[in-house]
Amino acid sequence: MAKSPDQEHPCKAFGWAARDKSGLLSPLCFSRRENGDEDVTIKILFCGVCHSDLHVAKNEWGFTNYPVVPGHEMVGTVMKVGSDVKKFKVGERVGVGVIVGSCKKCESCQQDLENYCPQTIFTYNSHYTDGTKTYGGYSDMIVVDERYVLRFPDNLPLEGGAPLLCAGITVYSPMKYYGMTEPGKHLGVAGLGGLGHVAVKMGKAFGLKVTVISSSPKKETEAIERLGADSFLVTSDPAKMKAALGTMDYIIDTVSAVHPLLPLLSLLKLNGKLVTVGLPDKPLELPIFPLVLGRKLVGGSDIGGMKETQEMLDFCAKHGIAADVEVIQMDYINTAMERLAKSDVRYRFVIDVASSLSQ
Amino acid sequence: MAMLSENEHPVKAFGWAARDSSGHLSPFKFSRRAIEEKDVTFKVLYCGICHSDLHNVKNEWGITSYPVIPGHEIVGVVTEVGTKVTKFKVGDKVGIGCMVGSCHSCANCKDNLENYCPKMILTYGTKYYDGTITHGGYSDIMVSDEHFVIKIPDNLPLDGGAPLLCAGITVYSPLKYYGLDKAGMHLGVVGLGGLGHMAVKFAKAMGLKVTIISTSPNKKEEAVDHLGADGFLVSRNIEEMQSAMDTMDGIIDTVSAVHALLPLIGLLKTNGKLVMVGAPEKPLELPVLPLLLGRKIVGGSGIGGIKETQEMIDFAAKHNIVADIEVIPMDYVNTAMERLLKADVKYRFVIDIANSLKPI
Repeated sequence: MAKSPDQEHPCKAFGWAARDKSGLLSPLCFSRRENGDEDVTIKILFCGVCHSDLHVAKNEWGFTNYPVVPGHEMVGTVMKVGSDVKKFKVGERVGVGVIVGSCKKCESCQQDLENYCPQTIFTYNSHYTDGTKTYGGYSDMIVVDERYVLRFPDNLPLEGGAPLLCAGITVYSPMKYYGMTEPGKHLGVAGLGGLGHVAVKMGKAFGLKVTVISSSPKKETEAIERLGADSFLVTSDPAKMKAALGTMDYIIDTVSAVHPLLPLLSLLKLNGKLVTVGLPDKPLELPIFPLVLGRKLVGGSDIGGMKETQEMLDFCAKHGIAADVEVIQMDYINTAMERLAKSDVRYRFVIDVASSLSQ
Repeated sequence: MAMLSENEHPVKAFGWAARDSSGHLSPFKFSRRAIEEKDVTFKVLYCGICHSDLHNVKNEWGITSYPVIPGHEIVGVVTEVGTKVTKFKVGDKVGIGCMVGSCHSCANCKDNLENYCPKMILTYGTKYYDGTITHGGYSDIMVSDEHFVIKIPDNLPLDGGAPLLCAGITVYSPLKYYGLDKAGMHLGVVGLGGLGHMAVKFAKAMGLKVTIISTSPNKKEEAVDHLGADGFLVSRNIEEMQSAMDTMDGIIDTVSAVHALLPLIGLLKTNGKLVMVGAPEKPLELPVLPLLLGRKIVGGSGIGGIKETQEMIDFAAKHNIVADIEVIPMDYVNTAMERLLKADVKYRFVIDIANSLKPI
């Protein structure tokens, strides 16, 4: 008979888990594996609340294995290092993002693209190499293979830096891969939430002109005055959309709801690139004529490899980029999830795990 | 009253035109403009029949202005050159593809991307600078700005070379732009028609491994034995498609009918590229998760600029690439159009203009 979560492994751990598709989180005693030779044990200080956490807690993608402890934007301090660990020492500030394992042998792993490995192990709701379930960062501690641990730059704030471990890399990686880093070029950011607001900040740091594309006008002042966007385009304003036709070199599309692609494709110049990082639950309609007539493309991207995630953190530290966060206590999490479902947050909740997670 | 086509310009010309959306073509007297200082006049020898010609004559895109003389895969021999023409002389073998004009001043024109110029003038069915409508290559002569005329190397057969001017460049350009031109890469080609068979030939010449993806199993022998494809997948055969998942660096999709993208995206490796060169008139369903999980792209491409078209012709001449064609007389064209509609041609009809276009 399968062991209960608190008996599976030798190290006692405590967190908050969802137990069914209501998605409601509540305290769970569980356990972490013994710190192996290549492992790092981390005391978790903060953990960001990613929209994926909500999807998985409610089994919206259909593969949740309850109980699930979400959380893949965590930062903390090293408590213990295994005998073969080279990169970290006790006391250092570190982060853990979306993956905690991969095969290490395939072409993707060898190219530092562990995120595209067919055997990627996710930080939560996956199975580890020993067959046991992985549990995420809404918890007091975690044990992770050093390859999947990030060094957290000193001058990055812990709370604002935590969301970079998923939201940050999710937009940084395609911006690099699809060449969205030429100063002076024009980037559109569709959707202004956790992903979108970080994309605006990174776009500005790359020297791009940035336009936020949104379905509602209410975020305009915020986008321009606080986030530094150069302009704001409301998709339901036909005159403004017409004036913006063929003006953008690239668009990062962070919108997860099903939405029309034609208006976005029309905003692109010749050779323009529309990169989608959001995950609508149904296919989108793709008109082909605009692609052919303007040699445009639609591409996808999924987080990033470990090397690039470290590069992204260092880039953010250098340019003073952190997420805009609302720090919450652990027991606020269910309310936070409700608000997140309504996009009522500017722009990421971050759980103060160390101060508020108590048995 | 609108001027009769035959009186519009000073040079008498003769061709076959469609007069209404039945698409039926018949003899048509018209006229070409007098040659200007940068123009080249050439006698048309052959003209390929592109599927776009069929769409156009039947007004399937809703933009046709009748009468229309189609044809944008035109080859012939120069009979006169304007006083400022530098690239051609009388007797040269030349061709014209899909364009006969552009603005010459926008960023795209300056980048040799006349095909993306917002003021690009198509070889037929578009208003020229003088306000008259352009007429295509199902006709006896062409007068064109030398900028848009392509030199045909001596060793390239004219009849098999004609389709390169549209079908050829339409597949060559995206192979280069999307980086699907490196020896050893694995390319899928969806659809084995005019565009598809050209894609196979170009890709093989570039050293790629090529797999054809088709709905018809009966094209397999032809594809492998005759065209040199390395593999053949029947798209309805789920087992075959699954075993080929994650094997291709890129796919050129030539299919214009609405079709499923998900199985094609599944054939691509990580970072793989699905390039659309056919243009279904309705949107296709794009499943987003597979794009994300493999960092894959769906892109488009439309013909190519003049410089690249010349480069493509020179590449074809060097590698002995011509289209597989069925040469027909002008008066067979309506039957050819019916057969084209049923994809009953291996793989392009080419009209023997010089020997069969007789003025009435």
